[in-house]
Amino acid sequence: MAFVILIVVLFVAAVAAGAFVGVRVRSRRARGDLEGTPPGEKAPPTRPPPPAPEPAPEPAGEALGEGPLPVGEAPSLRSRLGKARNLLSGYVGGVLARGTIDASTWDDLEEALLGVDVGVATTDVLLAELRGLVKAERIKDPARLTDVLKERLVDEMRFDDRSLHFEPGVPNVWLFVGVNGVGKTTTIGKIARRQVADERRTVVMAAGDTFRAAAADQLELWAQRVDAEIVRGAEGGDPSAVVFDAVQRAAARGRDLVLADTAGRLHTRINLMEELKKIRRVADRPPAKVSETLLVIDATTGQNGLAQARQFADAAGVTGVVLTKLDGTARGGIVVAIQRDLGLPVKLVGIGEGPEDLIPFDPEEFVEALFS
Amino acid sequence: MFDALSDRFEGIFSRLRSRGSLSSAVVDEALAEIRVALLDADVNIKVVRAFVERVRERCVGADLARSISPGQQVVKIVAEEMTAILGGTPLKIAYASRPPTVVLLAGLQGSGKTTTAAKLARWFRQQGRNPLLVAADLQRPAAVEQLRVLGSQAGVSVVSASDLLERPDPPAPDDPVGTSRAALAEARRLGRDVVIVDTAGRLAIDAEMMDQVRRIAEVSAPDYTFLVIDAMTGQDAVATAEAFHAVLELDGVILTKLDGDARGGAALSVKEVLGRPIAFASTGERLDDFDAFHPDRMADRILGMGDVLSLIEKAEREMDADVTAKAATRLQEGRFTLEDFLEQMQQVRKMGSFSGMLSLLPGVPKEVRDAQIDDRDISRVEAVIRSMTLDERRNPAIIDGSRRSRIAAGSGVETSDVNKLLQQFREMQRMMRGFGAARRSARKGKKGKKGGRVTAPSLPDFSGMLK
Repeated sequence: MAFVILIVVLFVAAVAAGAFVGVRVRSRRARGDLEGTPPGEKAPPTRPPPPAPEPAPEPAGEALGEGPLPVGEAPSLRSRLGKARNLLSGYVGGVLARGTIDASTWDDLEEALLGVDVGVATTDVLLAELRGLVKAERIKDPARLTDVLKERLVDEMRFDDRSLHFEPGVPNVWLFVGVNGVGKTTTIGKIARRQVADERRTVVMAAGDTFRAAAADQLELWAQRVDAEIVRGAEGGDPSAVVFDAVQRAAARGRDLVLADTAGRLHTRINLMEELKKIRRVADRPPAKVSETLLVIDATTGQNGLAQARQFADAAGVTGVVLTKLDGTARGGIVVAIQRDLGLPVKLVGIGEGPEDLIPFDPEEFVEALFS
Repeated sequence: MFDALSDRFEGIFSRLRSRGSLSSAVVDEALAEIRVALLDADVNIKVVRAFVERVRERCVGADLARSISPGQQVVKIVAEEMTAILGGTPLKIAYASRPPTVVLLAGLQGSGKTTTAAKLARWFRQQGRNPLLVAADLQRPAAVEQLRVLGSQAGVSVVSASDLLERPDPPAPDDPVGTSRAALAEARRLGRDVVIVDTAGRLAIDAEMMDQVRRIAEVSAPDYTFLVIDAMTGQDAVATAEAFHAVLELDGVILTKLDGDARGGAALSVKEVLGRPIAFASTGERLDDFDAFHPDRMADRILGMGDVLSLIEKAEREMDADVTAKAATRLQEGRFTLEDFLEQMQQVRKMGSFSGMLSLLPGVPKEVRDAQIDDRDISRVEAVIRSMTLDERRNPAIIDGSRRSRIAAGSGVETSDVNKLLQQFREMQRMMRGFGAARRSARKGKKGKKGGRVTAPSLPDFSGMLK
């Protein structure tokens, strides 16, 4: 019986899978559940119907404090990391304690890099270069070796410009994208606070996560706290329409900045990536301009982070990365490869739950923290 | 799921199998590749090292040179070790003798606890239980609201602080410990036999929050405490799991977001380091994309052997056996019509999403597995067939140009799409006919494969399928 079933399932799956490829290309499903769907835009494939509003909650603990938020000094990465760090110091400490450079030195360094999610490919390249250097420059001192390694890592992540771009004159749209549960909504809240309080910009939030249950509520709480406006749509509605409405509102009222939230989506879901493309297209039309598309990545992410970055960059034209949750034990070593291989600069780092805890990325500090 | 890892192993193993004799250098080479594959899959580095060592030792001890197929031997050793890591038998829920059975979910922010809580509740309902969801994540804005929405989809009621004000011991609105305690009493009053407590996400190094979850565990005395882990987690998975285990004494792990291309090495690592099983796995956004985790099947799957058992189990649950058996006979005899196809497709659809199913099948080429099959695309295929007359369904050969345009217009596709479907159908029909014949003759030959492990029957080659 089992075998019989298998044959039938296979057959059906095979025909359906084979046939749909052609069919899918031209499938267009109009949705436009929201008024104000921009004219001339076909609704892109959205999630299949019985969508159990899903996934992965955005990070918790957005400090439930009420009332106006104090604008304080940004904390430093190091001050936050002190308590979490001790695992790796073991390897590097071992390297330093040995006094000479031998085979176990290289093993320790390899293990140290792999252990912080730098990844096999990047680690191999870095260590091969390092071996060459050690030979060429006759480096004998392990301390010098770890210094050179740190320099190399910093070099791999060198970018001149990590600022958040803003072009005065038109409403700027900053789009936030990423997989489920990385902290997009929280990141928007923190950025909005800085933009409103420090940069004196007027902010409209677009609750473009129409998929996850209560996501818009979460963003609305942030909007109230940081004194930003918010545009919401119906749950399950077309996110592009929400972004479109937010842009229209910003243009009509002369607001500076639209911070557009999107639903978390796995980068392997082609239809959802298409949806993202459309959101970006809609946002990037006059009167507004998309001046940043920020990919939010969770520091606990392993090697899959590279695939995420690649797919999101393809679909949404990512201009920078926000690395969140770096205040745990995770080191976020995958951003070495993301910056090195994909040329996407990390612009901001999330190091805590408070509204202040989003700071500019500093490669030197980051590398120090990797090995501290 | 573990596809990328499987792909790598398939490559390594096909090279190993093709060698008649294995020198130790070849084994070393294979082990080095296995090491890289596992590291790329985010398996913890310490676990990788121990794994590779164990395989190496066994390879040396196995006297490969005298084995008839040394490559096969190595494959077998790797498979066994992998199964050993993932855990022998699946976790079986033992319900408390004095209900309710309490399940506590904990984890980092964004790992998917709230969604998992709803999926788990649905799963318990399917097991004939009567669960209650407790929203004890009072930290994240709107988390309670999210659980309420999901709970209503799962048909399970949700209680949180605001629902418990009538009780003699009403909890403060921001007190998850009090909420859990009161909710548990409420569950007893309501006669619920399973209680699932969703807690706020927290970092393992946040002493205050870890103390809070410890107190929640104290007052709710969970029968099962599960750590919810994102399949995309890197090397940190082990550190996190150890930290939570130290505070909560975990009974197992629930792995989420396995439907992406993350290789899920966290699963292997956590099992190896904690010695606690992976109890459930979540493989999609739908509430029913969730099931008990079967370690042995997962090992097969990592090794590129597909997870046929899970599929068959699902099929037997959902499909009408008689209809399917008849269809299969017709299929093998080449009398399978589009009508049968439509009927079977509806049966198969009951089993869940197509892409999920494809990932369980062995020998399905990567392009097909990676292709996104939206259930609405499947509906489109259905629409095309439904736009045909009965005669056309029984005898597709009569479909000429004019009939084709009519069908296309009727189902809202291009004529080329109709062609494509017909062609695909013909091709698969031809393939299946040959397959049926081959199998009948094979059955007369050797019987009974080497014992124990259920291997996939040799399946037709689908590599030409997409052309």
